[in-house]
Amino acid sequence: MTGAGVVFLTTFLAAVVEAVEMVTIVVGVGATRGYRYTLIGAAGGLVVLAIAIAVGGIALAAIPIGPLRLVIGSLLLLFGLQWYRKGIVRVAARGFAGYHPQELQEEEEGPPESGFDWTAWFLAFKGVTLEGLEIAIIVVSFGASAGQLGPSILGGAAAIVVIGATGFAIKGPLERIPRSFLQLVVGTLLTSFGTFWALEGLGVTWPQSDGDIVLLLVFYALSAAIFIGLERRARRRLLAVAQS
Amino acid sequence: MVVRVADAVGKFIYGYIFGDDWMVAVVMILALVATGLLLRAGVNAWWLVPVLAVAMTGFSLWRRRATIARTA
Repeated sequence: MTGAGVVFLTTFLAAVVEAVEMVTIVVGVGATRGYRYTLIGAAGGLVVLAIAIAVGGIALAAIPIGPLRLVIGSLLLLFGLQWYRKGIVRVAARGFAGYHPQELQEEEEGPPESGFDWTAWFLAFKGVTLEGLEIAIIVVSFGASAGQLGPSILGGAAAIVVIGATGFAIKGPLERIPRSFLQLVVGTLLTSFGTFWALEGLGVTWPQSDGDIVLLLVFYALSAAIFIGLERRARRRLLAVAQS
Repeated sequence: MVVRVADAVGKFIYGYIFGDDWMVAVVMILALVATGLLLRAGVNAWWLVPVLAVAMTGFSLWRRRATIARTA
């Protein structure tokens, strides 16, 4: 059984990666079109996410742990490998640099002088649901596979609250969060746990039992460090060729 | 409206599983199937998936670098 602290930390970090983007969108829309309808849209998006987590949690709780770990572990492995690969490329290119959001598309028309601002509502709602859907899936699948749905939901919710409060208090710190590095850390965690659970679901006997999760983490982290070194060397070579 | 929602859901599921390199996902699914078959044959092949996960990540990064070098 995976500890509650590990589950909380993993879902917290995973949620931070997506919440930075989510809050940046909401703050950006609020700053350009006003906060009233933007916050209503964001709240609507959070309600949709809460329903998705509740329904997903109840559904997954009814499935036996063996098949659940095989299916969810495989999905976490496939998704985790994507973040792992993206994290390697981005850390190799930008190191610990923060998140620089793409400029929000400028609207042709400004906010209406009166009445409901559907554009602000929709942009905030869409931003929260789309960015939050990955958080919801990670929270439910990770929590259910570890048998720790409570800490998993708490981790995801805590990240949204912390990043949300930081984003609204002062915008600057959000841009300094090393999102690429966090993506690599979470990608490594999801890939390690996904590998462990998927194979356990298949019936594999791990030589060191739960201790092999740590060995998988070390194996994937060391591999990532080597890949980052190779990526940086290739970038330098490419730049040298371009300059010559 | 229904078609647009179904299209968006389909794209989300594809992106969640296959992402920007479908070859990695396909090889990992085959690795899981192979591990299951080896288990049925009595081989506890716990090493196959982690080794292939790192190998496919390296291959995917190499393909990406090769594409960038070709277009540069």
